[in-house]
Amino acid sequence: MSAAFSVAHRGGVAVVTFDLPNEPVNKISKAAGWELEELLQRLADDEVVKAIVLCSGKPDTFIAGADIEEFLQLESVEEAVRLSRDGQLLMQRVADSPKPVVAAIHGACVGGGLELALACRYRVISDHPRTQLGLPETQLGLLPGAGGSNRLPRLIGVRAALDIILAGKSERAQKAYRLGLADELVPQAILIDTAVAAAERLARGWKPPRRRLTMTDRLLDRTPLGRRIVYSKAKSAVEAKTGGNYPAPLRALEVVRVAMESGMARGLAAEAEAFGELAMTDVSRRLIEIFFATTALKKDDGVPAGIGHATPIRRLGVVGSGFMGSGIAGTAVLQAGVQVRIKDADLSRAGKGVHTATSLLEQRVKRRRMSRHEYQRQRALLTATGDWSGFAGAELVVEAVFEDLTVKRQVVAEIESAVPATTVIGTNTSTIPIGEIAAEARHPERIVGIHFFSPVEKMPLLEVIPHEGSSADAVVTAVQFGRRMGKTVVVVADSPGFWVNRILSPYLNEAGFLLEEGVPIEVIDAAMTAWGFPVGPVALLDEVGLDVGEKAGKVMHQAFGDRLRPSRVIGVMRADERLGRKNSRGFYFYKDGRKAGADGSIYRLLGVRSAAEVDHERVTDRLVFAMLNEAAMAMSEGVVRLPRDADIGAIFGIGFPPFRGGPLRTLDALGAAEVVAKLERLAQLHGPRFTPAPVLQEMARTGGKWYPAVPAR
Amino acid sequence: MSRNVASRRAVFVAGLRTPFAKAGTVLRDTTAADLARHCTRELLYRSELPGDEVDEVIYSQVVPSPLVPNVAREVSLLPQFPRTIPAYTLNRACASGAQAITNASDQIAMGHADVILAGGVELLSDVPILHTRKFSQILQAAAKAKSLPERLGIFAQVRPRDLAPVAPAIAEPSTGESMGQSAEKMAKENGITREAQDELALMSHQRAAIGQRDGRLTVEVAPWFGGREMDRVVLTDNLIRPDTTMEALAKLKPVFDRKYGTVTAGNASPLTDGAATVLMMEEQKARSLGYRPLTTVRSYAVAAVDPGWQLLMGPAYAVPIALQRAGISWQELGLVEIHEAFASQVLSNVQAWGSKEWAQRLGLAAPVGEVDWSRTNVMGGSLAVGHPFAATGARLVTTLSNEMVRRDVQFGLISICAQGGMGFAMVLERVP
Repeated sequence: MSAAFSVAHRGGVAVVTFDLPNEPVNKISKAAGWELEELLQRLADDEVVKAIVLCSGKPDTFIAGADIEEFLQLESVEEAVRLSRDGQLLMQRVADSPKPVVAAIHGACVGGGLELALACRYRVISDHPRTQLGLPETQLGLLPGAGGSNRLPRLIGVRAALDIILAGKSERAQKAYRLGLADELVPQAILIDTAVAAAERLARGWKPPRRRLTMTDRLLDRTPLGRRIVYSKAKSAVEAKTGGNYPAPLRALEVVRVAMESGMARGLAAEAEAFGELAMTDVSRRLIEIFFATTALKKDDGVPAGIGHATPIRRLGVVGSGFMGSGIAGTAVLQAGVQVRIKDADLSRAGKGVHTATSLLEQRVKRRRMSRHEYQRQRALLTATGDWSGFAGAELVVEAVFEDLTVKRQVVAEIESAVPATTVIGTNTSTIPIGEIAAEARHPERIVGIHFFSPVEKMPLLEVIPHEGSSADAVVTAVQFGRRMGKTVVVVADSPGFWVNRILSPYLNEAGFLLEEGVPIEVIDAAMTAWGFPVGPVALLDEVGLDVGEKAGKVMHQAFGDRLRPSRVIGVMRADERLGRKNSRGFYFYKDGRKAGADGSIYRLLGVRSAAEVDHERVTDRLVFAMLNEAAMAMSEGVVRLPRDADIGAIFGIGFPPFRGGPLRTLDALGAAEVVAKLERLAQLHGPRFTPAPVLQEMARTGGKWYPAVPAR
Repeated sequence: MSRNVASRRAVFVAGLRTPFAKAGTVLRDTTAADLARHCTRELLYRSELPGDEVDEVIYSQVVPSPLVPNVAREVSLLPQFPRTIPAYTLNRACASGAQAITNASDQIAMGHADVILAGGVELLSDVPILHTRKFSQILQAAAKAKSLPERLGIFAQVRPRDLAPVAPAIAEPSTGESMGQSAEKMAKENGITREAQDELALMSHQRAAIGQRDGRLTVEVAPWFGGREMDRVVLTDNLIRPDTTMEALAKLKPVFDRKYGTVTAGNASPLTDGAATVLMMEEQKARSLGYRPLTTVRSYAVAAVDPGWQLLMGPAYAVPIALQRAGISWQELGLVEIHEAFASQVLSNVQAWGSKEWAQRLGLAAPVGEVDWSRTNVMGGSLAVGHPFAATGARLVTTLSNEMVRRDVQFGLISICAQGGMGFAMVLERVP
């Protein structure tokens, strides 16, 4: 293996450049760690070298972290503890180096990368927007295990450190400097020079000035009593946030406490032990799998490799200026920086659409994530029109008009007469088959479904739906642009409900049946939030809107028959002019746009009594298994290409609990036999809609799984 | 870019403007830069022109904001363009927009550029209000003061009268005479009656109203999105009064000479906000990009008179020179657009063009020509549409070019009077 580290000498300073061969970013693997240790030893023995500067040879990363693939190969707690111990030792070598080590950081410096930087004597960072410092380990169900959980609180105080470690956050350069994560913040052009100068000073015995602490810092971070308050507050915050489903943040908190209160030796021991145990948890495995799945999806255009040519998008046309259209427009400007022209026959609606899209930019300015000048520039990318002017130059047009087949066909026809034959047309729908929308088009091959989730700027998922006649070019263009908009993109089949709404449908129906039986709204929603969903199904119906839900329910019922028959509930609610959050009348009360407790009117409207006694486990089972069974059914129909895409779609599209890894991972974890048995019991009790999917029955017989077992390497 | 300069010719491809609005009304909350950017960007989209085809932006503004002295660069820094398009802002008073277009035409003919966006903007809702010279000197001294007592000492020199803001007046720096006073003087010296002035104003409003109704005028206007939520759409000029009458105009009181005057708010152009941009291209370039050229600048001329005399008589001198440079006679003009700063100014110039004495004074064998009102200001003029100083030139070129195509006219004339005693004339020729 060729060397990952190279050395250049600048006077008495050895500038060590980390540049992992054949990799886009630097990662700290075992091999890289050994090489660095050896190098440090060599430099320690070299009399010419007085100090060391560590920098990266990659364009916009310093070090992206540890090599996570190595984590997946761990087979026992002991092995994982050893991995952590090895990392700690490496960092200790850096910290104890007789020649002071200065980190010169430009680009992402996260995880193991930051732990290495923390072990250095001095940190200089560039003020570039790409420069980010953080410890994301808890997001993978782990904690910083190479000394980071010990060094960070010592450097920047307990409060700031917990803020980063428990949430797995990264901070931009300016904030990192403010927090004391870096000693100097300089333009990229003088980064190395500044680091070399600092290294020279350190070699001459210079002591870097210590940060000045505020009164609050002194009281909370520098006294045992203050820290006790911090720990206890952090603990209740973590418990509220994780609902007990994610062990890592709580363990990390405990490790930080030991590290600060019982000395570094004990702290490091606690850190390694906690890392070892966490690394072997299912939760961590699932979260790491999700990380790899999303990374893999970033390279998967949804068509076989080698076919399909993406058109780079510079100009986007958006037809329809409602909530969806303006959300797409604003997100496209914000994330992809393209010109966006919003078309609406009603000019005042088009103008308002631009205003709504612009408000996404304004939020950035308010949060100081965007300068006024950048705002002025981006704002000018958005224009409104009542006619089709300006569309001839658009490489992609997305229509987000009313969900009605005739309207959509008409709009597609109009778009086609306004744009050249090469323009890709995306149709944003959640229920109408793409093939039908494209049926009368002059160039059906350039039409593809693009299903955004609402609100567009917040929801991370995008479903791209080729119909039978879609060209690979159109698909790849849509997928790549979706990615530029910051979305995780899954390509799914043109089947009613596509993927996400397909599995959502029986789940929301089941919530309706439970309501019909008088099960309290809060019980239903609490069951699912306890299971790990961010919101329960009843609250979700309010969010989606009951009009939308009703329409989708009908479409799904028509397509799949009685298995997906909707409950009476939505119809009854609609008759009472309840649309959910959008008109502040739904299953819940809304005060000033905020949810304010369940509104029990539904029981009166249904003419049922709120049930006094409820079997909570049964509630959970009915909702969960309705979804899991439908997921298996859809998979067997080929709605999604890969289990990976299906699970990511469910997690990012409806907030399926990430620690469970998605519906198919959940099925695998339970085992098909048990799932089938459970479904059969539910079918007996509640009707044939729970009849196990044939594919599950088959898997139960053969012991099949959705995912192959991870091959041991 | 073709090097063969002799074969090069600049053509007008398209023009667009914002609605023209009475100062202090629907456009008052925007900035001149935003107005210019909006108008130019919309022209770009409407002509389906990719931003990287543009070689230069030439813009104009008569009363620029001290904060944005070169509004043209703000236009060329629109994100629809590469960030490398040079731009400058010029000022030839009310002829600025026309000057921007002839400059563009010259640059293209010389082979320095193929595609230029030229225009002008005025936001008279946002004229800079200045401090007195004394107060600004005090502020500057205070900024340099080294200690608080020193600074307080400097501020102690401020007297209440120093704090009165100074608003720029539309007056000649060389004579102190305001535009309105000049128009009043011209009415008296040239014998232009109140009735004749009001009749011109009435015609202007009636013709503009027809142009607005039949869409010829509105097709030149890019919608403006106002209001907090951008949902208040402005599609039309708000100064046009379709239902005004001679009686209504007669009721207005003279403004600049209350006793013997004839110039009123009804027969003078109002303070107006607006922007207008035109797209000029080298002819072959335009054709290769698939555009249909409409007109070309056949000639132009600028003249100036002593501002102390009749300030707005410049066109009387400039027009015959432009015609001579074009090598055509007045009779060959199929359409004429005279900028209506004041009715008295228009009628004074019209009188001069038709007069033998003037012909003699100009050394011409015969008068320049008699104005045929059926071919002049056929969609009204600045009296009705409004007059955002630097934007007017681009409006006239756009309106005239479009109408020359509609009527299949070979030659058209634009005449503009400007502050400082200047007159600007331009002959457009239809490109087949």
